[in-house]
Amino acid sequence: MYQRRLLASTALCALMLGATPVATFAETPPDTLVQAWSIDDIISLDPAEIFEFTASEIAGNTYETLITYDPKNVSDVFGKAADSWTVSEDGMTISFTMKADRTFASGNPITAEDAVFSLVRAVKLNKSPAFIIGQLGITPENADEMIVQTGDMTFDFKMDKAYSPSLALYCLTATVASVVDKKLAMEHEANGDFGYEWLKTNYAGSGPFIIKDWRPNEAVILERNENYSGEAAPMARVIYRHIPETSSQRLLLAKGDIDIARNLTAEDIAALKDDANIKIESGVKGSLYYLGMSQKNEYLSKPQVRQAMKYLVDYDAIANTIMSGKVKVHQAFLPEGFLGAYNENPFTLDIEKAKALLAEAGLADGFTVTMDTRNTPEITAMAQAMQQTMAQAGITLEIIPGDGKQTLTKYRARSHDIYIGRWGPDFQDPHTNSSTFAYNPDNSDEATSKPLAWRNAWDIPELTASTDAAMLESDPDKRAEMYIADQKKVMEEGPFVIYAQEIEVLGERANVNGVIVGPSFNDNNFSKVTK
Amino acid sequence: MTTRTNRGRRGALWIRKAASVTGTVAVTFLGLLIVTFLIGRVVPVDPVLSVVGDRATQAQYDAAYRALGLDKPLVEQFWIWLLKVFQGDFGNSFLTTRPIAVDIARVFPATLELATVSIVIGTVIGIPMGVWAAVNQGRWIDHVVRVVGLIGYSAPVFWLGLMGLLLLYFKLDLVSGPGRVDITYEYDFTPKTGLFLIDTAMQGAWGAFGNVVSHIILPASLLGYLSLAYISRMTRSFMLNELSQEYITTARVKGVPEWRIIWVQAMRNAAVPLVTVIALSYANLLEGSVLTETVFAWPGLGLYLTNSLQNADMNAVLGGTLVIGAIFVGLNMVSDLLYTLLDARTRKR
Repeated sequence: MYQRRLLASTALCALMLGATPVATFAETPPDTLVQAWSIDDIISLDPAEIFEFTASEIAGNTYETLITYDPKNVSDVFGKAADSWTVSEDGMTISFTMKADRTFASGNPITAEDAVFSLVRAVKLNKSPAFIIGQLGITPENADEMIVQTGDMTFDFKMDKAYSPSLALYCLTATVASVVDKKLAMEHEANGDFGYEWLKTNYAGSGPFIIKDWRPNEAVILERNENYSGEAAPMARVIYRHIPETSSQRLLLAKGDIDIARNLTAEDIAALKDDANIKIESGVKGSLYYLGMSQKNEYLSKPQVRQAMKYLVDYDAIANTIMSGKVKVHQAFLPEGFLGAYNENPFTLDIEKAKALLAEAGLADGFTVTMDTRNTPEITAMAQAMQQTMAQAGITLEIIPGDGKQTLTKYRARSHDIYIGRWGPDFQDPHTNSSTFAYNPDNSDEATSKPLAWRNAWDIPELTASTDAAMLESDPDKRAEMYIADQKKVMEEGPFVIYAQEIEVLGERANVNGVIVGPSFNDNNFSKVTK
Repeated sequence: MTTRTNRGRRGALWIRKAASVTGTVAVTFLGLLIVTFLIGRVVPVDPVLSVVGDRATQAQYDAAYRALGLDKPLVEQFWIWLLKVFQGDFGNSFLTTRPIAVDIARVFPATLELATVSIVIGTVIGIPMGVWAAVNQGRWIDHVVRVVGLIGYSAPVFWLGLMGLLLLYFKLDLVSGPGRVDITYEYDFTPKTGLFLIDTAMQGAWGAFGNVVSHIILPASLLGYLSLAYISRMTRSFMLNELSQEYITTARVKGVPEWRIIWVQAMRNAAVPLVTVIALSYANLLEGSVLTETVFAWPGLGLYLTNSLQNADMNAVLGGTLVIGAIFVGLNMVSDLLYTLLDARTRKR
């Protein structure tokens, strides 16, 4: 008797706890775009500090830079907050005129005073992206003299040298050159910080959306900017939900609980391809995947070994199988789409050739080397593929898995053998990558400049001089030729095995239209999206 | 006179007891913080990189290094941090840029809610299961309960979560997917306590309440199942011990109904050690379950602390450690108190 009662009470408890309302809310509101993305990289919302993927994209949709370019054709540069500009005869001053009758989301008018304030504050705050403007000869000490307001809607931007005009202009398309609402930011200034502490978590821009809320590791909510001076965005809200697990993103997308999934793996993409409710959108990004080989390593410092390593990567298998659809083969340090990008891929998997090169280096029996590898599934899979192909030439590649920050710490300290990395350009000018892959003014451990060439201890006075010269070349054709020559040199001799260029892939519900996937994250745009 | 002396003696006893508890708690916390602080400093991650990113110049790097106080000796760093904590300032997280207290106040309710529902599920089902198994020792029911427990112990929570989502959310549409509430309902209520079940109920947002329930039920059942596995095994063991005691035989001889023997007489004694088992399970759940929080996109303490530790965000890690320490100490005290209520013998001591 008591057993039956016990059984009944247990069943009742289970039933009560299991009796949940049936959940059939598989649709997002028609005026809201919901995206699932891993957004834990955001550390600031201040354009003077933003340098991470997610925050860059948010800034691209909520702030306006002085000038911009067409994401489909980056050589087409045009004014956004600026109406026009002229370059002085000596090539050292750009005079800007701002567009009239435009306002910030706050309702304050956008003037030259705001533009000057934004650029000067970015240089003076001297956060990570400040070098983008700083490399034009503008320092916290001279910024007030170099960036000068000349009228209500005009200002001069002076440089210390006659840099290539395209370099200067592309620098001003970067997030760090976003126009900030001076009046609003200064209302929140504390201890002469130009409103930095406040702006880290708040908003003072003029883009098609405003940043309504950022809940770290949870969500970012953008709302339509009702004071936007351009065409109003069809979506009233864009919501980024932090969904770190890609399988969860895939389930949510397939179910219709989100409109866009941002971190789908190659496997997820393949599984969703046949779903009529889903479409896959992609865009070529500027990020490159590469191996950095330390020249402090006795084996890797041999030129034949560096060459051999380039024949020991199965480029096609990585692009077509492991990363299927998420990368394309690319071997030069300038990504496809950049001025002067060299798009030939001379290296293929060739074990025999690699063996011959190793024998030439006196290492016919191979050697053992370690590779610091970020423990994400995709990077690990690529590393394992390389481990297999290198083993065929007698090289024992020991993979040292680690968290992203952990492997980076080691890489920056130059205590790695090989580092498998990813590098994204900071702006659309070739100098951005040239100044890291082909530039190393001081190879000592105490150097103040630590580009990728330094991290791999590659001492290259000639290439460094060539990079310096290319940034001053005003003729685009000549400049492109200089970069092509440098890329070939790095390809042949360099300690980098550049093997792929990123393709960003978005899984979207079929009713989502108008998403722009640009070459850099701040070009990804949702202001024309309809559902 | 005698009464006053007794009272005085009892008062002194209480003061001594309180002082001893405070001392133990203080030493526990200090030890906990020192260990956490040292672990944070030996983790091979450069915290400056999390602040300035990969592209910073050496000057920017050095400035951030100094701003984080990393140029000072380790002992001094800890001392400065400790002094600030005594003033109620836990510092800011450099990942979220907000004060630690604000961050924890944001993420802890999510974990608290999930853990509480989970422990209720684990207890309400686990105890009857354990009793049932004990009463039917060696029979098929006992074996079934054992297998159910074993699965709960051994199945990876990550896999269980994904399978649960696939079946109950994706295929059968019985529950909602990852997250705490659907976008449609997010603006129907104002999060005041951060416990969405309570917030929605208090504000009469019943649609949102139903949605919150449909979101929490799967991760809570999953975590509840893991607690259930432990609680049911321990209940079985405690009950078996009680059921073999002489007072049970005496009760049976006297004709006391079997349900009363089990649920009142045996359970009263088995409940004493069970309190500790449940309190520990609850404390474990309150630490936050990183994998469950990842699969279910649950913005709780586990995910927050893991992310902070991976980025060497030590203010956040130390703040979180304090909270977890406080939970363990608090729950230990509560279970001690419950001991004295449930077990007359401990009161006499």
